[in-house]
Amino acid sequence: MPQTPIKSEYDDKFGSPEQQETIEKITKSEYKWGFTTDIDTDLAPKGLNEDIVRFISAKKEEPEWLLEWRLKAFRQWQKMVEPKWPNVKYPEIDFQDAYYYAAPKQQKQLESLEEVDPKLRETFDKLGISITEQKRLTGVAVDAVMDSVSVATTFQKELQKHGIIFGSFSEAVKNHPELVRKYLGSVVPYTDNFYAALNSAVFSDGSFCYIPKGVRCPMELSTYFRINAANTGQFERTLIVAEEGAYVSYLEGCTAPMRDENQLHAAVVEIFVHDNAEVKYSTVQNWYPGDENGKGGVYNFVTKRAITHENAKVSWTQVETGSAITWKYPSVILKGDNSIGEFYSVALTNNYQQADTGTKMMHLGKNTRSTIISKGISAGKSQNSYRGLVRVGKNAENARNFSQCDSLLIGDKCGAHTFPYLEIKNSSAQVEHEATTSKIGEDQIFYLLQRGISEEDAINMIVNGYCKEVFRELPMEFAVEAQKLLAVSLEGSVG
Amino acid sequence: MNQEKNKNLALCDAFIRDFQSFETQLNGQSTTQFHKERIKAISTFAELGFPTTRDEKWKYTNISSFLKKEFSLAASSKVDKSQIEPFLFDGMQKSRLVFVNGIFSAELSSLDENNGVVAKSLEAAHKENKEVVEKYLAQHLIFSDQPFAALNTAFARDGAFIFVPRNTIAAQPLHLLFISSSDSVPFHSHPRNLIVLAESSELQLVESRHFVGDQEQIYFNNFAAEIIVGANAKLDLVRIQDESKSAFQFSSLQAKVDRDAHFSFTGVDLGGSISRNDTNIEFTGENAGAQLLGFYYANGTQLLDNHTFIDHAVPHCNSDELFKGFMDDQSHGVFNGAVLVRPDAQKTNAFQQNQAILISKDATVDAKPELEIFADDVLCSHGATIGEIQEEHLFYLRSRGIGEEMARAMLHIAFANDIFERIKIESVREKLEDEIIKRFSE
Repeated sequence: MPQTPIKSEYDDKFGSPEQQETIEKITKSEYKWGFTTDIDTDLAPKGLNEDIVRFISAKKEEPEWLLEWRLKAFRQWQKMVEPKWPNVKYPEIDFQDAYYYAAPKQQKQLESLEEVDPKLRETFDKLGISITEQKRLTGVAVDAVMDSVSVATTFQKELQKHGIIFGSFSEAVKNHPELVRKYLGSVVPYTDNFYAALNSAVFSDGSFCYIPKGVRCPMELSTYFRINAANTGQFERTLIVAEEGAYVSYLEGCTAPMRDENQLHAAVVEIFVHDNAEVKYSTVQNWYPGDENGKGGVYNFVTKRAITHENAKVSWTQVETGSAITWKYPSVILKGDNSIGEFYSVALTNNYQQADTGTKMMHLGKNTRSTIISKGISAGKSQNSYRGLVRVGKNAENARNFSQCDSLLIGDKCGAHTFPYLEIKNSSAQVEHEATTSKIGEDQIFYLLQRGISEEDAINMIVNGYCKEVFRELPMEFAVEAQKLLAVSLEGSVG
Repeated sequence: MNQEKNKNLALCDAFIRDFQSFETQLNGQSTTQFHKERIKAISTFAELGFPTTRDEKWKYTNISSFLKKEFSLAASSKVDKSQIEPFLFDGMQKSRLVFVNGIFSAELSSLDENNGVVAKSLEAAHKENKEVVEKYLAQHLIFSDQPFAALNTAFARDGAFIFVPRNTIAAQPLHLLFISSSDSVPFHSHPRNLIVLAESSELQLVESRHFVGDQEQIYFNNFAAEIIVGANAKLDLVRIQDESKSAFQFSSLQAKVDRDAHFSFTGVDLGGSISRNDTNIEFTGENAGAQLLGFYYANGTQLLDNHTFIDHAVPHCNSDELFKGFMDDQSHGVFNGAVLVRPDAQKTNAFQQNQAILISKDATVDAKPELEIFADDVLCSHGATIGEIQEEHLFYLRSRGIGEEMARAMLHIAFANDIFERIKIESVREKLEDEIIKRFSE
């Protein structure tokens, strides 16, 4: 694909080979979507081809370079094959039988919460989500006191004071093209894997976050984000850049159940961490897992990666309870000396859910350290796998890794699997991995039962205790919600 | 895709050609039931070709140096009794079977009939113990996706046949010695062992693989073994592999362990340019147990690879696995330990531990301990540590006036001793300990 940029006379006349190729493609394309200015439809036709990519780009009024980048990604994607190695089973996806662009749907405005599905409300109550937020999440008109727009504006002002850029990806493309151009694809190149290439070609929107040199972000970016969480689309793209000495804590997702029509989700998250900076990224994912019989549910195929420079630190914390299939490995490339990578994960699967999740820690710099704590819980007929890689490169002197992967089984029809890969090329490394699998001890349940606690509550208590190491890494308010979320997700798995 | 690449190699064609001439040498054996398996195996091999690093089971094991070599079908070689003397153990002088280049040597073997055990060459057992051979041979080792096991099955002719009758406890340990000696042309040999312990029997077995001649001799030993441990039987197997530094050693072992039985396996790997061991254990009856120990020491550019697979197919079984290794120079160590607990295999206990010490800056270790668990009432764990000797330990010894070199040696031996102290036969244990100390001091 990459052509050597030799400038010849011919090129001067007709543009670079790449441009020529583009021109050729355009002239050969079957039908010119998106090249007329007055498009009424907000829905691209089914299927995926270069025209759709152009359509998306045009719809979002993107600059030429970004369209080029999308097209390159698309051509790469066409050459790639879908990965088959994860320990999950699902019917083959027909990538031509999906919509790749749909303008954010205007949700039907409901008059009051009474109109909301009572089952959904019940869940909200169990999670302890405030009435106002319930309204927002279900699309009930929000009263003036808690106007999300005005709250958002207040936050935005505060952030601007510090020079922090935080907003949607499309906004960033318009307002800060130089930053987006510099960092887009620098951590997850479009050639990375099948779903990353797909995302790069058709990504809908996402967030962009830039913390300038030496700035400590004054708030958890979660609060703001939650207000704007709805409708980010199925191909989300997030880019976080922390300049030298900066700090940010970022939360993605929401404990509230997300009823999403899109079955396939392929998000990409890139985090670029300069010297001495620190980024803390927390995820709570609770997408529709399908019903008790395994019908429906979201396929969640995500690529998340961070790169750390000298003395920098990245910490991934995730609580995964939703999606029919989760396929996700938040990774850290420990490039700079003395940098630190952390991964804390709770993955819970119930009914027919399948999860293949873990992390990759690539030690390249000297004195790099990584910690992996993974807690898998399988219930019902679900399958839960941990898959992780710890690689210590030849020059990574004194690299240190500690991994602990525990699995808890609830019921005898589920499965828990561990696939750690340890690749060590430096003798000064210290790498430790340990994993255990067991069920909840009968003695533990008995102890709680004889103190008058019901079996369901007992199991919730034990599971929460088991996940404590991960929950304490979450921002305070989410830790509380995450605990309740586990209880809700485990419902019906006992007895 | 890449898989295709290793299919039509000259080496594959050579093996398929050799099979045709091998068939003509079989004198009558080609009418047996087993020969049908051979034909099936060679066509499976032709289909599979040799594995590439694209293959998950061969991800870290690059065999390209092996694929470039040429081998011809093994022929017997002249080996004197004095040459095998260093490989013998005290207390087992009268119970040993010796094979030279995979072919049974009656002259070098020595058997005391009073041991209560049927031990002979597989070729003889084909005629004399037809019933047992037909019942078990090639019934357990699956080769449909294992090219080396398929190749062994295709060329399997000789090897050890051991049968311990019901309620028999072998009076003394038995020694199987496989000697390789490649005079001029590199050979390929495919020894096949069949070990059957009937109900409530007991046997201690030592299998050692050595060579006579120089370290540079190239050959390809492709072992396979089927082991059946009957109900309430006990088998203790120690396997020592010390092939030449230029040899290619592949080994597939499939053991079936029935109810209340116990199988203990200790593998020691020292030699070989590439050595790959696939050790698979399946529990077929409840309340059975297995202990799987491994020790490896690699230097130069050696590649030592251990793949283990323990299949907990039935409830109430225990498995305990410990593999320890040292990697020196530019050597490469691979460990892949899989434990599968099938649905309904409740009350399973499975423990697995892998520890590797990197002595040299240029050594590499790849470890992949896997757990696949489908039953809930289980206790399973695995652990892996990779690194160098801990500074604190070294400091402790040095602060007591022990020189650095000595302190290191002490820590190395202590590390290895976790495996050796669990070897029950004293003469074997002592010999191994001496051998390791000798290698460390080289």
